[in-house]
Amino acid sequence: MQLIFEKSRPGRRAAQFDALDVPEASLPPALCRAEPAELPEVSELDVVRHFTQLSQQNFGVDSNFYPLGSCTMKYNPKLAEAVAAYPGFSELHPHLSTCPAFRGLCQGALELVYETEQALAEIAGMRKVSLQPIAGAHGELTGALLMAAYHRDKGNAKDTMLVPDSAHGTNPASAAIAGFKVVQVASAADGTIRLDAVKEALNESVAGLMLTCPNTHGLFEPRVREIADLLHESDALLYYDGANLNAIMGHARPGDLGFDVMHFNLHKTFGTPHGMGGPGSGPVGVGERLEAFLPGPRVVCEGGRYDLETPAKSIGKVAAFFGNFLIAVRACAYIRHLGGPGLKEASENAVLNANYVFARLKGTYQPAFESGFMHECVFSAAPQAKAGVRALDIAKALLDYGLHAPTVYFPLTVRESLMIEPTETESKDTLDAFCDAMIEIAGKAESDPDSLHAAPRTMPVGRLDEVRAARQLDCSC
Amino acid sequence: MTWVPTTAAEREEMLAVIGVTTVDDLFATIPESLRPKSWNLPAPESEMAVRRAMAGLSARNAVCHTSFLGGGFYDHFIPAAVDALATRSEFYTAYTPYQPESSQGTLQAIYEYQSAVCRLTGMEFANASLYDGGTAVFEAATMSVRLTRRRRIVCHESLNPLYGRMLKTHTANLGFEFATGDDPADAACVIVQNPSFLGSVADFSALAGRCHEAGALLVVSFYPLSLGMLKTPGEMGADIAVAEGQSLGLPLGFGGPYLGVMATRKEHLRKMPGRIGAATEDAQGRRGFVLTLQAREQHIRREKAMSNICSNEALCALRALIYLCLLGKEGLREVAAQCHARAEYLKSRLSFLQVLNAGPTFNEFAVRLPRDAEQVVSALAERGFLAGLPLAAVGAGEATDLLIAVTEKRTRHELGAFAEALKEAACS
Repeated sequence: MQLIFEKSRPGRRAAQFDALDVPEASLPPALCRAEPAELPEVSELDVVRHFTQLSQQNFGVDSNFYPLGSCTMKYNPKLAEAVAAYPGFSELHPHLSTCPAFRGLCQGALELVYETEQALAEIAGMRKVSLQPIAGAHGELTGALLMAAYHRDKGNAKDTMLVPDSAHGTNPASAAIAGFKVVQVASAADGTIRLDAVKEALNESVAGLMLTCPNTHGLFEPRVREIADLLHESDALLYYDGANLNAIMGHARPGDLGFDVMHFNLHKTFGTPHGMGGPGSGPVGVGERLEAFLPGPRVVCEGGRYDLETPAKSIGKVAAFFGNFLIAVRACAYIRHLGGPGLKEASENAVLNANYVFARLKGTYQPAFESGFMHECVFSAAPQAKAGVRALDIAKALLDYGLHAPTVYFPLTVRESLMIEPTETESKDTLDAFCDAMIEIAGKAESDPDSLHAAPRTMPVGRLDEVRAARQLDCSC
Repeated sequence: MTWVPTTAAEREEMLAVIGVTTVDDLFATIPESLRPKSWNLPAPESEMAVRRAMAGLSARNAVCHTSFLGGGFYDHFIPAAVDALATRSEFYTAYTPYQPESSQGTLQAIYEYQSAVCRLTGMEFANASLYDGGTAVFEAATMSVRLTRRRRIVCHESLNPLYGRMLKTHTANLGFEFATGDDPADAACVIVQNPSFLGSVADFSALAGRCHEAGALLVVSFYPLSLGMLKTPGEMGADIAVAEGQSLGLPLGFGGPYLGVMATRKEHLRKMPGRIGAATEDAQGRRGFVLTLQAREQHIRREKAMSNICSNEALCALRALIYLCLLGKEGLREVAAQCHARAEYLKSRLSFLQVLNAGPTFNEFAVRLPRDAEQVVSALAERGFLAGLPLAAVGAGEATDLLIAVTEKRTRHELGAFAEALKEAACS
């Protein structure tokens, strides 16, 4: 497809403004740009057709099954889109919250922030939640900053964060930006964290441990309470990476499991769109140890009026206002619609679907672990790779079936990993179509491996030369 | 339940294939002792009920006032085509383009967005987006530290105070040293903003020269829409240009989602955080797009990554791209010129007030009122105006100081009526 810049014709225009009804004004030339920005000169239809055609070159949940492990690509309800577009939310200026004189003009929005934070806190068994963090990794960073603030406040000289080898890459990266040294903790052969490895790594310098539960192998950590107790004995804290919260809603709550601090991914668990990579939203939740350190200001409610207050020992601001507010609006609608029973049922069906896929594929692909998968299951394509067909080839072959690939090559602990998360919103028919395709691909891996190396054939482009992309670096025109 | 399609009969079939009898059996790995102590959530509400409740909340927010509120976030006109295209679900229900062949729409849009940002800023390389303007300043600061191996960050008085606070929160444990002013000695970077938080326009070219002589970088936080008119960060010699991208077709949305824009010079590229899209070819020589230089990122480098960012604001970057295409070369020039002209007209109508900006301004300026700004904005809100931002509320002025922003949406009639109302509220 042509670039929009290649469609530009001098003098063509789309958007028009009101005629200028005040005198023209100018600035000294030294303060002005020498030439206008070379933006495309195109008509509105040029733009509409261009971006409509671009959209058609994408897989999305609305058009394709998207079993990307660890990403929870569930259906994004249209109800949530509709309410987020209400002008009272979408056109509301955030500085209305800044000064007391305006606060009466944004009471509905402040109430929504308050209500959403309360609901998330109950779902996770946390004392308080802040919507400020803008994405999951930003929530991790905020959580790690809270942990650092706690230890600084108590005079603890703790500078080390423990991170399991199966953790998302964002965990160690976030801990490092919060100023921690990162020490990796090994998983046991059954895919869960080794208690003795935690004990071994635990010393006076350990500030905390970041844990995903169920972990990125899709397995619940059965010793999580013991781990929490161990950490708490030496005044270290336990962080919950909420990426996999969709597995346990109504069946377990991070706060009850002993976690002190966590982030939510509203774009995973609460059905808000992934938007080609964002915007997400990563609210942070805390137990009583960290409550005083939360980002501020916070929405408080007194006598039915919503106001702002900054916690006593707040770490400060991680966002200018209340984070990705319009994403919180969507999550709030989602939570209200499902209610307590619906959230529980969502998790149950997410786990049912993943276990069904696992049952159907375990005879064909090598399970990374024997059993116990929750909302996602992990296989290794190592046997296929020996015959020359790698996880990457399987991923590309799926695209020709109109199915998005699972997450491949993550978790790093499993060779040639295929990480499949179907989510609760997919039907048995869709799961069957996916499993049938996976089984057929495994057959081809034996009978006709070259056909898989040539995949995908039906996409706008074939496999792209990533080495050339990095060497010749053409990142703009 | 609503979004779960599985029927009772199907559930039984599936359980049989799995080899268990109930769904609860699948949760057997969670010990009984760890089950929820409470699950006190509301009962489900129908779609109609949810919409009613949310409409009720929405109605309790003021969006019909004539607005002069800015302070880094502006009430600009958004052409209908921006919403029509950016709400296509082929865009918003996709995720990060992990499989480029089935994500060419996303990837080409990233490439085109990066191109538009480079053309707008006069910089050489842009990333695919960061979270927002404030976190972009933070990322620019840590990027400067990586590039210079120095830890001193100098924040110029022009910088949005919210960004300054966010910067300090994010870097609390990195051992950075902060200073205010513009002295680049021993600094990793000097961070300036143009126009300044109070709306003043400056040329930081000379400061760029002084920074480079001192081995420091110049970071310019800019207002994207103003670049229809103003000297670009590239022309000034900036090393890193960052922005809050909200002015490019994003709704105000009570604070987000917004868009962190970042661009840099070629020699700094490999230390830049965030995803980067690039053009390449397939085996048949067809042009296609991929994410590149991923060895900088957290999923490869973990604790040694340039940043922890994973999810970004891709859909907001798409909106900005569509907006910039709809405006085009002439439209962007015009909208900037209109904002400036309308603001100058209002300034001329407010000659009874002291303007605090010493030099030229773009579309925002600060005035000193004869009485408390909070009182004045309260009075004007009752008359249908959001009069501006009382500067004391953000620690950027006296109790009597008010920051007034004007966009292309404000008509001569509105500007005149506001000037009259302000005179009455402030001076009578």
